[in-house]
Amino acid sequence: MDVDAVPQEGNRTMGGHRRVMYARGKDGRMVIVPSRGGEVDETVTLQALERIKEMTEEARARVQAGKTSPLEYWMYAQRLDLPQLSQVTGFWKWRIRRHFRPEIFARLPAKILEQYAWVMGITVEQLKRLP
Amino acid sequence: MNVANDKFTHRHAAHCESGVAASLLTHHGAAVSEAMAFGLSSALSFAYLPFIKFAGFPLIAYRMPPKYILKGMLKPFRMRLRFETFRNEAEGTRRLDELLKQGHVVGLQTSAFWLPYFPEDMRFHFNAHNLLVYGKEGKDYLISDPVAEEPQRCETGALQRARFAKGLMAPKGLLYYPESVDRTEVTAEDIRRAIRKTVRIMLGFIPIIGVRGMHMLANKVAKLDPADKLSLNYVGHIVRMQEEIGTGGGGFRFLYAAFLQEAAEITSLPELRALADRMNVIGDGWREFALKAVRMIKGRETFDPGLLAGMLHSQADQETEFFKALKRAIA
Repeated sequence: MDVDAVPQEGNRTMGGHRRVMYARGKDGRMVIVPSRGGEVDETVTLQALERIKEMTEEARARVQAGKTSPLEYWMYAQRLDLPQLSQVTGFWKWRIRRHFRPEIFARLPAKILEQYAWVMGITVEQLKRLP
Repeated sequence: MNVANDKFTHRHAAHCESGVAASLLTHHGAAVSEAMAFGLSSALSFAYLPFIKFAGFPLIAYRMPPKYILKGMLKPFRMRLRFETFRNEAEGTRRLDELLKQGHVVGLQTSAFWLPYFPEDMRFHFNAHNLLVYGKEGKDYLISDPVAEEPQRCETGALQRARFAKGLMAPKGLLYYPESVDRTEVTAEDIRRAIRKTVRIMLGFIPIIGVRGMHMLANKVAKLDPADKLSLNYVGHIVRMQEEIGTGGGGFRFLYAAFLQEAAEITSLPELRALADRMNVIGDGWREFALKAVRMIKGRETFDPGLLAGMLHSQADQETEFFKALKRAIA
C-alpha cells in the first residue's frame, strides 16, 4: 500500500480517533501513517454491531411476549453471547439458559442476580426489566 | 497519589502488543521500532481456529497468540521481564501504585470493553489488550495505549475493572515490567533466527496454521450458502479480523514488510528489501480481498463465495512462494 492509498475518508465507529497503518512512501520506505479509517473497516464494524442490535431487539420482543427473561436481552445489549456470558460468570450454559425462563428468573436469589448485573456493568434493578 | 515518569514518551502503534514491547524497550535504552519488535518475535502468522468461537464465528488471526511478542523480546535483548498476576483486585491496584512510585513504567493486560476511553463502537469483550501505565495523578492513571494517538487517562476503579475482567484469556490483573535489559542492539543472527521461525510457522504442516490455514478457510468460504444472511456476516468477520483489530492494514503484512526493510540493513542482505516489496504486494492482495468482500456486503456486487474463496487461495499460493523465497534469502 502506498501512503496516498491509506484510507482517510473517515470511519464513524472510530469516534474521531486515528489508527496506525503502514504504507510505502515515495522513497520506497515503509512508514507509519495515522489513518482516519474508511469504508472497508467502517462497514465490517457496523455490520458486527448491527448483528448484535438485531439479536438484542429479537430478545426484547421475546421478553415482551413472555418467552424469555430480561437477562437474555441484557446479555446481547452488553455485547455478550451465551458462551461469553458463561465464561464471564462461570455458570454452565444450560444453567443460564434455564435462567432465561421468566418463571425461573423471577425466583432467582439476589446473589445470582448481583453476579449477572456485575459482569454486565448494570444494576440489579436494571437487570430485572427492559430499559 | 501523584507520580509521572517524565522520561517516558508515548508512541502510536498499529498493534497493542508490538507497540507496548517497542515502547518498553525504547524506554529501557534499546531503541526499537514496532515493526522490529513484531518481526523479531516471529509474530506474523495465520490461524483459522474453527473450534474457538468469537461472537459465533471462528477465530481467525493473522498473528501468533497473545504474549508471543513480549516473550519473543526476552532472548534478543537479554531482557528479564517480570510478570505478576493477582487473586485479589485491591492487591493488584496496590502493587501497580507501588511500582509506579518506584519509577517503573508498567505493562498491563486488560479487557478492551471496560476501558472508558475506547470509542463506544470499538468496545468488545476482548481480554488480551495491552497498554502501559507511566504515572498517576490523583485517581487517574496516565496511560500510554499504543493504539491511541495521544496518551490517555483512566480512573482507578475503571482500570481495576478492565484488569480483572473475567472470561476467555482473563488477564487476572496481569502486570509486567523489565527488571533488566542487557542488550540494546539487534544482531543479524537474531533476525535470521526470527525469520526462520516465521517461515516454519507459515509453511508448517498443521492444517489450520499458516498457508494451509488460509486454504482451509478458503474452502470453508467456498461452501458458504449465498442465500443465508449470516454468510455475509462470516465474510465481514474475516475482514474485521484482518483490517479492524489493529493490524496496520492487510492483516499485519505491511508491518512485516517494514520489518523486512529494517532487517535488510542489519543483515546486509539486499534480497530482503526486494522481498519487502513483494510482501507489500501480498498486503495489497489482502486489501483487495477486503474491498471485494465489502462491496458484496454493501450489495454493490453479487455475493459470490466462490470468488472470495478463489482470492484467499491465491493469497495462500502467493505467501507459499514468498516464504520459500524468504527461506532461501536467509539460508
